[in-house]
Amino acid sequence: MSFESYVSILDSTVRLGTPLLLACLAGLFSERSGVFDIGLEGKMLVAAFLSAAVAYTTGSAWLGLLAGIAGSLVFSAIHGLASITFRGNQLISGVAINMLASGITVLVGQNWFHQGGGTPALSGAARFRDMTLPFANELRDVPFLGPIYAELISGHSVLVYLAFLLVPATWWVLYRTRFGLRLRAVGENPAAVDTAGVSVVALRYAALAIAGVLCGIAGSYLSTALAAGFGREMTAGRGYIALAALIFAKWRPWQALGSTMFFGFLAAVSIRYPTIDLGVLVIPNEFMDNLPYILTVVVLAGFVGKAIPPRAGGEPYVKER
Amino acid sequence: MDRLPKWADAVLVPLLSIVIAFVLSGIVIAAIGENPLNALMIMIDGGLGSTYGWGYTLYYATNFMFTGLAVAVAFHASLFNIGGDGQAQLGGLGVALACLFIPWPNWWVALIGATAASALFGAAWAAIPAWLQAKRGSHIVITTIMFNFVGAGLMLYVLKHFLKPAGSQDPSSADFPAHLELPKLGEILGAVGIPFSKDPPVNVTLLIALAACFLVWVLIWHTRFGFALRAFGKSEPAARYAGISPVRITMGAMLISGALAGMMSINNVMGEAQRLVLNSSEGAGFIGIAVALMGRSHPLGVLLASILFGFLYQGGAELSMWTSIPPQLIWVIQALVILFTGALDNMVRIPVAAAFRKFGKRRT
Amino acid sequence: MAMGDPQGRQATAAPATSVPVLELRGISKAFGPVQANKDISLQVARGAIHGIIGENGAGKSTLMSILYGFYKADAGEILINGKVTHIPDSQSAIRAGIGMVFQHFKLVQNFTVLENVVLGAEEGALLGPSLAKARKVLTHLAQEYELHVDPDALIENLSVGHQQRVEILKALYRQADILILDEPTGVLTPAEADHLFRILANLKREGKTIILITHKLREIMEITDTVSVMRRGQMTTTVKTAETNPEQLAELMVGRKVLLRVEKQPATPGRTVLEVQDLRVKDRFGVERLKGVSLHVRAGEILGIAGVAGNGQTELLEVLGGFATGTGTVRMNGKPIDLSGRHADGQTRRRDGIAHVPEDRQRLGLIMDFTAWENVAFGYHNDPAYQKNRFIMDNAGLLRETAAKMQRFDVRPPDPRLAAKNFSGGNQQKIVVAREIERNPDLLLIGQPTRGVDIGAIEFIHQQIVKLRDAGKAILLVSVELDEILSLSDRVAVMFDGRIMGERIPGETDERELGLLMAGMNGKAA
Repeated sequence: MSFESYVSILDSTVRLGTPLLLACLAGLFSERSGVFDIGLEGKMLVAAFLSAAVAYTTGSAWLGLLAGIAGSLVFSAIHGLASITFRGNQLISGVAINMLASGITVLVGQNWFHQGGGTPALSGAARFRDMTLPFANELRDVPFLGPIYAELISGHSVLVYLAFLLVPATWWVLYRTRFGLRLRAVGENPAAVDTAGVSVVALRYAALAIAGVLCGIAGSYLSTALAAGFGREMTAGRGYIALAALIFAKWRPWQALGSTMFFGFLAAVSIRYPTIDLGVLVIPNEFMDNLPYILTVVVLAGFVGKAIPPRAGGEPYVKER
Repeated sequence: MDRLPKWADAVLVPLLSIVIAFVLSGIVIAAIGENPLNALMIMIDGGLGSTYGWGYTLYYATNFMFTGLAVAVAFHASLFNIGGDGQAQLGGLGVALACLFIPWPNWWVALIGATAASALFGAAWAAIPAWLQAKRGSHIVITTIMFNFVGAGLMLYVLKHFLKPAGSQDPSSADFPAHLELPKLGEILGAVGIPFSKDPPVNVTLLIALAACFLVWVLIWHTRFGFALRAFGKSEPAARYAGISPVRITMGAMLISGALAGMMSINNVMGEAQRLVLNSSEGAGFIGIAVALMGRSHPLGVLLASILFGFLYQGGAELSMWTSIPPQLIWVIQALVILFTGALDNMVRIPVAAAFRKFGKRRT
Repeated sequence: MAMGDPQGRQATAAPATSVPVLELRGISKAFGPVQANKDISLQVARGAIHGIIGENGAGKSTLMSILYGFYKADAGEILINGKVTHIPDSQSAIRAGIGMVFQHFKLVQNFTVLENVVLGAEEGALLGPSLAKARKVLTHLAQEYELHVDPDALIENLSVGHQQRVEILKALYRQADILILDEPTGVLTPAEADHLFRILANLKREGKTIILITHKLREIMEITDTVSVMRRGQMTTTVKTAETNPEQLAELMVGRKVLLRVEKQPATPGRTVLEVQDLRVKDRFGVERLKGVSLHVRAGEILGIAGVAGNGQTELLEVLGGFATGTGTVRMNGKPIDLSGRHADGQTRRRDGIAHVPEDRQRLGLIMDFTAWENVAFGYHNDPAYQKNRFIMDNAGLLRETAAKMQRFDVRPPDPRLAAKNFSGGNQQKIVVAREIERNPDLLLIGQPTRGVDIGAIEFIHQQIVKLRDAGKAILLVSVELDEILSLSDRVAVMFDGRIMGERIPGETDERELGLLMAGMNGKAA
């Protein structure tokens, strides 16, 4: 295999890993606050649809992004209403949100565009275009580092760079700010936060709002940067892979970068090589596609280090003596 | 929490929830420029207006009874099995293997064999998450979700590499032998002199589904195991006091749940398609969640909710034929039902309880 | 002595003015039909250590929750330094200078000490400055009050005693003037408890007011200045500690009840049914809760286990009942029973002839959503007598049997189809007792048989226990009600801190002597 093909696989790793990363960080915020969020998929899907629809209508990818974020926030609010205010089952709420997203995107999409639930193809300013970093073209011919800079590091959409910047930002917020301290505390022991005089409800809603924004960006990236338009069910389980990546990362930001890029890499390899022939063993790409899920189950089973979720996760908070 | 009379809890609250879900769906329909009442009429006409419509409604309902019962049994043990869809697809594999590779003499012997195979495969697919939950404390919701995907991947692999007839492009199995075709409900009813359309795919499996509803009812309320299962579901500490083994209940409940989900495949794979196709369950595993929630995990409730959802599916299909409303409307309704009967239950319950307090005549 | 505390606030030494730092006027609080607090009035002087003593369920915790803004009182007012203060939430309580050390700590396990202290009391949006400041203050507080804890240690790696210090530090960091400690020594070793008392003495010296909620007489006598006694939601007495004695307090706490003397003949004990040797149980945190208990119960006798709640009685019942594991030797009818292996479960125990009325009937003894008849089968649902055939349970038979049992035990309403949660406490207990006693077990384990049960039902339940004894069965009775122990038992063993402190014969002892044993004071009372 040539050096170029390595670079190109890594390049698509970044492209395919970015939505996973954004969704994974979204999940990190809500789950760290003690709210399970299996609705990442649905929020991304809604955002992907609204972004593409608005971007197509207005011709602006940025307005599309805003619309996507708004849609995702609405779904976050529903989840908050169910799981925080009315102390319902967070998992059931997540299932409902995913289903609602699947249904409503097609329903509305069909009504607006009459293209089987998808949007027309986006072009021009309606898409986030790949940015060329300074000197990318000039340095292209430098051996080894040149292609890495020009192909791998340069030439992505602004949302990719944003996603990568969000990793240290998340780390910083989580571990270096008052909000982060409270957020981590409320996911571990809401009673400690409550007795310290801080509102559990407000913190959890804030976390869900951040998750909403991040899922919004993730969805928007899918339909207006990675692809040129929305297609039915275009998230294709990425929300669940992000969830898997979150567990894999044990709810920590840098590890989330690692796990999402690893899963992105698996996807990149599987697209490029439908079957991998190791001579003695042929690995089918169905196996590669499902590796994230299998690995997550292995991690959950505690066979490779124990993934301990935030202790208060999934439990609505009820004041007690 | 305020206590509600039993009937209000079992009937009124779910009914209100579904009314809310319908009203919201109506608003969605209106928002996309169609007349909700008109849409409802089309659905009723298409789903219930003829034996043809009823046939499809009952065909879908048969699927949902199995998956709804699957979710309900697990719910009774306080376990949330989201993996019904994967279990149903694996059940389909069991049916296909049984029908393709065993030379059955006739349909009814084959039906027994295929039912056993579907249950076995479905249960097997639930067994791993169950064991991980019981022994290692791995969250069953996450593991069953993951197993849905892995199951779908496995099916793709098996269909592409093993079951696909040579030369075919389509990742689906060969057709089952013709003599294994299950009798349609229309034929059965016709034999006893009741005219019923023979076109819809509703078949003898409906009777098995009804039997399953009855058997689950017996299991849950009339057997030692069901007793222990409900006790465990209500209170794990108390169950441990009584010497009920959490491992045994978790495994047992999930195996039964997986088997029921798997058995759905005799309806759609053996009864309708007569071959195994990709994504054979078509999401019925998820509808089981809505059905179980709405039916309050009671087999009778599951039965009624299944028919309602069967009607929605058939009505929705008709709707997409006559209007610009795509069949995904059903997903919206279904999601709203899950939301209101499952997650936002308190939103409906608290005002109802308040109303009872205010205007009751409180019965305890 | 006029040293400023770390917050730069002027510490006031001995009470200079007559205005109490904390005053409660007519506080009442009901939960549904249960009156948890009834017209409670109290004054606590600045710089005092004030004890509140009372049995479980006397309403102490409810009162403190009201003070900390968790519950809103139905009536009454709270005055801090003579000013009426509204405390709708914890934030207000903190602002009013109240600090609370809960019985179950409110700490984030995977946070450092520093992070826990800072949580909710941060200086600004960034964490750095807050942590730096807290580090300084903590060092100061550590020297001042002997409150040494490594600020960078994770809570989950700290001993219980150290975790409690973190809770105290949290309160002091928030400049609490009034520190409330709810059963602070319940989880401490004696050495840790001694250290805690030194800390409290230091705090008092610096002018802090301390409210100590406990049911341990020894603690009250050791460090409080004044003490209030709570009983059944009411504050019955407030006295100077120096002017009272443990015996008097024990009496006030337990109350002079109508003595429910049970008519019974002297026991005629037979062979040994239960024999326990060196039984040890660790809780899930690895803390030893039973520290080598040995005892035996013979056929036809009642062995009463007296003791303040939380001294290992619960663990004793759990391990004998088969739903906690332990080490040691336990023989039932001479046959060793499995304490930690595959047969350490409730079903095996029931087959071995052990019936168990658990202490907490609502959490363990009953499934509250189950009907009465289902609860009568609960635990015995595998019994062949309850099956119609190999597969089907005999629900109709159970229904009839339950109706008969309800008749015999006078359960009201006598409706076997009613869910357990809809019965009163006494009737719930009758259902449990009926279920267990009517199995005619060789050994009955019975915990708090009459907690929350009305007088009539108490008498009835006591009679049933004696009847079982007279039928030649062995009974192990655990109760925190001394009266009950004394009137029912043929022998009394007193538990304290996971050990048996001593054994007495009811006729040859009295409440005072037992009370001292229960408080961990060995030897005969003077």
